[in-house]
Amino acid sequence: MVIPAAIGAGLAVIGAGIGIGKIGGSAMEGIARQPEAAGKIQTAMIIAAALIEGVALFGVVVSMG
Amino acid sequence: MLYVKNISRIITVALIALLSLIPSNASATIVEGTVNSSKELNDFITHHVKDAHSWHIWGENKTQVNADGTVDVLSSTAIHIGLPILLIDNGLVTANSDDFNELRWIEQDGDTTYYAQGKINETEYVMFHEKIYHLGSGLKLDEKGHPTNSRPLDFSLTQNVMSMLLSVVILLLLFLPAAKKYKKQGIHSAPKGRQNFLEIFVVFVRDEIARPNIGEKKYARYMPYLLTIFFFIWLNNLLGLVPFFPGASNVSGNIAFTAVLAVITYLVTQFSGNKDYWKHILLPPVPKALYIIMIPVEIIGTLTKPFALTIRLFANITAGHIVVLAFMGIIFSAKNIGWAGLSVPMGLFISVLELLVAFLQAFIFTMLSALFIGTAVEEHGHH
Repeated sequence: MVIPAAIGAGLAVIGAGIGIGKIGGSAMEGIARQPEAAGKIQTAMIIAAALIEGVALFGVVVSMG
Repeated sequence: MLYVKNISRIITVALIALLSLIPSNASATIVEGTVNSSKELNDFITHHVKDAHSWHIWGENKTQVNADGTVDVLSSTAIHIGLPILLIDNGLVTANSDDFNELRWIEQDGDTTYYAQGKINETEYVMFHEKIYHLGSGLKLDEKGHPTNSRPLDFSLTQNVMSMLLSVVILLLLFLPAAKKYKKQGIHSAPKGRQNFLEIFVVFVRDEIARPNIGEKKYARYMPYLLTIFFFIWLNNLLGLVPFFPGASNVSGNIAFTAVLAVITYLVTQFSGNKDYWKHILLPPVPKALYIIMIPVEIIGTLTKPFALTIRLFANITAGHIVVLAFMGIIFSAKNIGWAGLSVPMGLFISVLELLVAFLQAFIFTMLSALFIGTAVEEHGHH
């Protein structure tokens, strides 16, 4: 039962990686265009990344159980 | 720059020296102790991230396993603190974790598990994987290896509880004198001593978390709660990263701990919900026929938020502890000290990353709590 769980956890992590990568990339672009808004963009970025990460961790925890 | 160059040269030489040990020690067993295979390493890590009834500080036992199920301790370098055990089992039963003094072992499907047995007030109990069971007529395992014996209610002051109380004491010692000073001198004089240090974080929580998410009018009311969870989670995360005695407990990686914090946030959110918030949940602006779907969905929606808070903090902190231990464990499962050249720098890297994660998770928990409270107290409800 270890290998299906590992595949499941891996898939969840791939999804989260794509999602957080997109957020990070867009935040970088945003900050480069508007450096004065860096603080606000960072906060919004961390919240969105945390929400995605939460979903990925659901996946990992479910695979562990 | 020259200095940095020298240091990096020394590190490189040290790494090469360590890696050169690999062939010379390939067949020798270097590590004596409990971890000799990856299965035992797995058990060690699982045991380490879990709560415990006694506080292990240092060392291990050398034991001999007997055929009758008992275990003899041949020699011991172990130092530990016995912690109070409180059970509810036909009334309150109190004991010390040292009362579980008979070591035993049981085998199932080739896996050996050690457990402890002890007599408290004429009743025999068993501590199996840090859970307490009645002994009854003997320990019986089901096919998954879980005991089928009945359990008393366990309210013991475990290692995590003690560690949590320690962080409460640290927070009180840090904050009460500072708060007293503000009370005496007011907020208009320049801060002194520890006030300088604490004010940065308090102002950070106020200006970056509370104000933007809850709103200028109402944020002050929720500041005490937000500051409390922020510093409590952060300190517990940091104490978990300290690898020796007063630290090293996995408090904020305990799902019960994070669940209680999330439930408190949930209750604060629901009790501060205003008319608009409840209208949005119970009378959403959709055709009446859809209420039968929409209302349950909205109610479940409020429940998934604390669930996500629980899992996020628990999984992040536990995963950090597991990764550091796994990197260190490479040395022991490969039985070769040369691997230290790889695993120590990687372990150090993850540990430093965990310092960031410790702050980030405290920040995110507080931030999302503020966000949820903010949606509940928002004035205009025109969805």
